Amino acid sequence: MSAPRSREPRAVRLVLIGLALAAIGLFLLVPLAAVFVEAFRHGTGAWLAAVSDPDARHAVKLTLLVAAIAVPVNAAFGLAAGWALGKFRFPGRNLVLTLIDLPFAVSPIVAGLVFVLVFGRSSLLGGWLAGHGIEVVFAVPGIVLATVFVTFPFVARELVPLMQSQGTDEEEAARVLGAGFFKTFLRVTLPNVKWALLYGIVLCTARAVGEFGAVSVVSGHVRGATNTLPLHVETLYNEYATQGAFAAASLLTLVALAAMLAKAFLSRHAGEEAP
Amino acid sequence: MRTARVTPSLLPGFGPALGVTLLGLSLVVLAPLATLLATSLRGSPAEFLAAVTTPRVLAALKLSFLLSLGAAAVSALLGLLLGWVLVRYRFPGRRVLDALIDLPFALPTAVAGITLTTLYAPNGWLGKPLAALGVPVAFTPLGIGVALVFLGIPFTVRTLQPVLASLDPEVEDAAASLGATRVETVRRVLFPEVLPSLLTGATLAFARGLGEYGSVVFISGNMPMKTEIAPLLVMTKLEQYDVAGATALAVVLLVSSFLLLLVLNRLEAWAEGRRR
Amino acid sequence: MTVQGRRLLRPAGALAAAVAVLLAIHAASGRAADAPPSVEILNASYDPTRELYRDVNAAFTKAYRERTGTSVTVRMSHGGSGKQARAVLDGLQADVVTLALAYDVDVLADRGLVRPGWQARLPHNSTPYTSTIVFLVRSGNPKRILDWADLARPGISVVTPNPKTSGGARWNYLAAWGSSLTAGKGEAAARELVAGLFRNVAVLDTGARGSTTTFVQRGLGDVLLAWENEAHLALAESGRGRVEIVVPKSSILAEPPVAVVDAVVDRRGTRAVAEAYLRFLYSPEGQALAAKHHYRPRVPEAAAQAGRTFPAVATFTVDRLFGGWRAAQKKHFDDGGVFDSLFVNR
Repeated sequence: MSAPRSREPRAVRLVLIGLALAAIGLFLLVPLAAVFVEAFRHGTGAWLAAVSDPDARHAVKLTLLVAAIAVPVNAAFGLAAGWALGKFRFPGRNLVLTLIDLPFAVSPIVAGLVFVLVFGRSSLLGGWLAGHGIEVVFAVPGIVLATVFVTFPFVARELVPLMQSQGTDEEEAARVLGAGFFKTFLRVTLPNVKWALLYGIVLCTARAVGEFGAVSVVSGHVRGATNTLPLHVETLYNEYATQGAFAAASLLTLVALAAMLAKAFLSRHAGEEAP
Repeated sequence: MRTARVTPSLLPGFGPALGVTLLGLSLVVLAPLATLLATSLRGSPAEFLAAVTTPRVLAALKLSFLLSLGAAAVSALLGLLLGWVLVRYRFPGRRVLDALIDLPFALPTAVAGITLTTLYAPNGWLGKPLAALGVPVAFTPLGIGVALVFLGIPFTVRTLQPVLASLDPEVEDAAASLGATRVETVRRVLFPEVLPSLLTGATLAFARGLGEYGSVVFISGNMPMKTEIAPLLVMTKLEQYDVAGATALAVVLLVSSFLLLLVLNRLEAWAEGRRR
Repeated sequence: MTVQGRRLLRPAGALAAAVAVLLAIHAASGRAADAPPSVEILNASYDPTRELYRDVNAAFTKAYRERTGTSVTVRMSHGGSGKQARAVLDGLQADVVTLALAYDVDVLADRGLVRPGWQARLPHNSTPYTSTIVFLVRSGNPKRILDWADLARPGISVVTPNPKTSGGARWNYLAAWGSSLTAGKGEAAARELVAGLFRNVAVLDTGARGSTTTFVQRGLGDVLLAWENEAHLALAESGRGRVEIVVPKSSILAEPPVAVVDAVVDRRGTRAVAEAYLRFLYSPEGQALAAKHHYRPRVPEAAAQAGRTFPAVATFTVDRLFGGWRAAQKKHFDDGGVFDSLFVNR
């Protein structure tokens, strides 16, 4: 795509570009730089020590485990929602779409709170589970649930509009040619939406790895047990271990940067999938 | 553009797919949220009303709403500037900057929180010069605003970019050839085109800001009546064993989120209509 | 398969590989964990005890293994005292709680998690160490902050956590109130002092640790109200010469209690370890560790053993001046209490 010819005078253009650079620098680049400056304030050795600390390692592992459960669950959900809501129209469809979006708009604190209300010891269900020795909140299952909740819309949001705009012609053709449901889905539908699916997965992963508010309500903050990496950052920050907190934060920032690169790459391909 | 029709005779899998969708939705989203509503309704409506109208709760709600609104407006302006520059102009490093726009979205909120606090504290890189100018940022409402603007930028930029890219420059040329000045063209031709998406992006930023916790809680200072945001007050009430108060406030936030989503749906439909 | 389909497989394959590696790590770590026979207990504590219990846990683990042959892992969870009690109430499986004030354990007792009469089960009201509230000021004390009355002076910026969520902050508040009462000035004067103090508050963090960070690292405020132990820690962490401690003439005797969570230990079968853990706090070694971390030990010799001296402060107790924690909580900190009225009418 060639650059559109500008219609502003050169001076206006330069001022606008300058302002944009200043805004990006101030709001985005400076914080990004600050993370790494603080993380390496006491040298590479201190950084390595902070990220290889047993509690940090456990936090990394827990964070990855939670993402490894939450992301596939939401990818599967997103595909089902894409099929049901993208390829068919039915009464109540808009309401379902809005409800799927709800976790995106709900405060993470409210998200955490609802799981404490449902599974906390003082609730009926929670009391029953506690009686059977099953821990949900303040244990790993609660963290997974809260993460699934906050990342719930990410894949579906990408797939539903795309599958809707692609229509059903290709699938119908496959059916006429005798393909079964799974063959149609795997050979026709999935290849058509693969970039958007990956795009949604990237967003979902980034949020799952970084979720703080909801997880902090349900975690219990037990070091080496229920502290995810973002909670570990908070714990260290509260222990005067500023450098350690930023060292752990730098790991999360690297994940964020990787997600941004992947997103930039995928969004170009995802554009090709729109009919 | 083609839209899907109901063709159950040809396309299979509607039932199971909808079943999975509704089951997932019910288990993960609806049942927990329904529990919240049910818990909040245990008391009488009067008690509920009393819980959400104490001076402290009202102050927190007012702060959260006003700051999110202000931050959404600033994000919208920044979104216009950044979106315009990134779509219309070509300069070295543009692609990298474009990718950077997503940073606030991708960065974990706790990381954003401690980083912004460190930067804007009275002894931080940005806080020191600002404090010298008599503008304290961290631990004031302004600090919360800065965090919310940071958070809102990707939403406004990413909503505006496709619209700005789809504008046909020839329309602008036509307006110019009819004697319109550049300012008039921008105001009367471009702005109406962009407005629905601008509002959509700002509403997204507003919705996100209203519920935000991680990036705000470190920088806010948490003063009741002054810098205590509503989500933090939910936590605080829970920690002081006031479950009824916490759930009541949570319900207010939840209902606000839902209403904002309905507004968003309207805005998106409007934007769609304009583009056709 | 189409060319497009194969292109899809590459990222998907990478993702699958990443997940596989992860699961392998997890499985390996799981196996490693259950190799030696061991007991794990969880101590849910308040904010400023992180450093204390790091040392106590190491010493207790060693002593317990030598005595019984069982290896114990003590896990820690830290947060505001009320937040921690709330989490235990909602199901956090803490075997012991070591909280900032008795009220938070009373709440657990009310809900049947801790047996009634818990405070009589261990010596000294179940408080193995005490502390008091002191001031941390900027080096050289430029604002001349010497006693409680100075905190309410115009132009003084005070940092304290939020009494609604932080146990330490409730001690701060009652210390200020009580200092006025013990000076014989009566309720109205006490109220005025505390109102003036909170009018001067610049930042109200949710926990004691957050306040210390705000004061020491963010450079906010002229004076931090803090636990004596927290003030010493901040002094050590910030490097001497930047802040200094001011001990007021009178202050509160802060008694942070410890308790076994009966409902949890009975279910998990960890009562023996949990009780031994709390009793260890009363042992000479435990007392010396408390003194080392600037908690006032119950056994005076432990202070000398740890090489610590504690300045004399005229202290008063919550029981004497406020009629116990339940009464203090109800009058001052419950919704609609005195604290709320101070903030609303400013």
